[in-house]
Amino acid sequence: MKINRRNFLAVLGVTGVSLATGEKLQSSQENENETEFFGILYDATRCVGCQSCEFACAAEHGLPEPDPSDMPEVGKLRKTNENRRTVVNAYETSKGEIYIKSQCMHCNQPACSSACLTNAMKKTYEGPVTWNGDKCMGCRYCMVSCPFEVPKFEYHSPNPKIVKCNMCYDRVIEGKLPACVENCPAEAITFGSRRELVAEAHRRISENPDDYHNYIYGENEAGGTGFMYLSPVPFEELGFNTSIQKSSYPELTSGFLYSVPSIFVLWPAALLGIQKALKNNKSEEEDYE
Amino acid sequence: MSSQNTVLVKDNDGMPIMKFLKENIKPQGKFFTPFNMISIPIILLGIGIIVVRFIKGIGSVTNLSQEVPWGLWIGFDVVTGVAFAGGAYVITFMVYILHMKKYRSIVRATVLNGFLAYVFYAGALLLDLGRPWNVINPIIGNSFGVSSVLFLVAWHFLLYMIAMLIEFSPAIAEWVGLKRARKILSGMTLAAVIFGITLSTLHQSGLGALYLMAKEKIHPLWYSEFIPILFFVSSIFAGLSMVIFEGSISHKVFGKQISDKNHKSHNGIIHGLSKICTITMFVYLFLQVLTFVHGKRWVYLDSPMGRWYLVEMIGFVLLPMVLFFYSYRKQNIFLIKLAALITMVGIIINRLNVTVIGFKWDAAVHYVPSWMEIVVTLTVLFIEIWIFRWIVNRLPVLRDSPSWVNKK
Repeated sequence: MKINRRNFLAVLGVTGVSLATGEKLQSSQENENETEFFGILYDATRCVGCQSCEFACAAEHGLPEPDPSDMPEVGKLRKTNENRRTVVNAYETSKGEIYIKSQCMHCNQPACSSACLTNAMKKTYEGPVTWNGDKCMGCRYCMVSCPFEVPKFEYHSPNPKIVKCNMCYDRVIEGKLPACVENCPAEAITFGSRRELVAEAHRRISENPDDYHNYIYGENEAGGTGFMYLSPVPFEELGFNTSIQKSSYPELTSGFLYSVPSIFVLWPAALLGIQKALKNNKSEEEDYE
Repeated sequence: MSSQNTVLVKDNDGMPIMKFLKENIKPQGKFFTPFNMISIPIILLGIGIIVVRFIKGIGSVTNLSQEVPWGLWIGFDVVTGVAFAGGAYVITFMVYILHMKKYRSIVRATVLNGFLAYVFYAGALLLDLGRPWNVINPIIGNSFGVSSVLFLVAWHFLLYMIAMLIEFSPAIAEWVGLKRARKILSGMTLAAVIFGITLSTLHQSGLGALYLMAKEKIHPLWYSEFIPILFFVSSIFAGLSMVIFEGSISHKVFGKQISDKNHKSHNGIIHGLSKICTITMFVYLFLQVLTFVHGKRWVYLDSPMGRWYLVEMIGFVLLPMVLFFYSYRKQNIFLIKLAALITMVGIIINRLNVTVIGFKWDAAVHYVPSWMEIVVTLTVLFIEIWIFRWIVNRLPVLRDSPSWVNKK
């Protein structure tokens, strides 16, 4: 086979691309079976809706102090936003008024970190999902992807940040408890390794089957989350999104991403083949202008 | 060195290169045209809005919210715009890979259009980034988010822009009059074309794959695991419809530059493209029907969104497909152009249905773009048309190449 410049360049292109995509094959996901993630267990039978966690969280992260007039009330949905990373809401249920704290779920395989093209959103080895402002370009793809709609964006800032609960990562690596856990007077929030927390949750359900609805929200949601909930009533009554799939969200794009290297190898080869096969040899060398 | 200089001098009426460039930068033609009179105030207003956006934040000019983080700038400028720019990879595939020489005369205009589309839509993307100074992070390699579809799309945008610039570069060399450079750049065309088609396959579908993780947020009539394939197939006829549309306008506006031969062949080109549009739209409709049945979507039809879905599928896919087929058989150029126009509206509707209209369709407060978002979108579009016109008036895009090109 004669190698002229054009063929050479084409082959060079194919080879270069194959080499470049070889790297893409390596997934950045850690094997979570070998890692003991920290997590938090929230027990709605214990929470009294005092908002201590909200105040502790605001103080810890330098956020504005919560407005005292904005209390959890039945029928009012308070949401996290760029000024508050966690909120407590009240729900009227078949077993009376129940409070639910909401914040980042710290998924085992977070959609946000898989969506992030700069690794600014990251599942740390310890378990918290954290955000790094030096890397983030503010594309908000994490917000599009997160099934729990946790990441919030500072829309009115020229230097906007993504705001979300980071499970007080700085405190956790120092061996301290997250601010909300430490300041909860009702011991409704428990911090520990996720494996222990799942066991603890099952223990509470089996010891007091009348007090608990037999389900741990977060055990399997989105492939398992670091923040898990126990409740006396079914989670539909508490405003939880129960249509969340049980497998992880990054799996939804992995099929597409796995097809990328094969297309990168097969397409140029096929195209070059078709180009050569259809070329009329009798005609003069074509001038590709 | 000296031989290069003589070439330059001879090709450009004896002008040194700097003087040649200076002469060419100046505007040409009438200034008070209707297009100028409409576009200039909008562009000025748009630039003002962009300044406000960078001082006061994205929320000060857009209606984006914590629930709907991507709006018109992504859904229309980027996702829809890139679909329309698909003409470049389809036409280069037909001309350079399948050797369909009939379409050679429209390659340059199409590639230029595609290149400018990518440059400006990627530019529009910067406006939507909260922290645009970090945009180089996924490129320079200190933080590769390789599991992200957006990482793939970002890289492909960059690489495909380079590929299209190489495909177009012989026209620049002809304009400046660099014979040797032109020969080298022409030699790179096939490699750039093959690379470009591969990149296009992946990022046209990749734009759809971006939304795969928003599973519960997109209306089930538009969400399926087949979004990437549907986006790819529809980009073929979206791009070709744009080629028909843009070609028809160019032949009116820049008619004087086009040789008689190319004027005559243009109807034949449009006729040929209508056939390809018919076939690809049939494939697309078939895939849509499969997705519909596969997802048991009939339960959603009896609702406002369901009827809207039927409008899209019947009015903007089936109807233009039949119209393309009919006008192809009857050789009716006017009807082909009409079908292309309906198809383009249909593509806008489809992309917005996935990215904006069907996104959080069940939310209490719906996202509607602010007038400022629309003005900025028009600004980007108008500046692109200005640059396109500037280039077409100077470079051999629609006109024939200078005579020295074909001389051995």
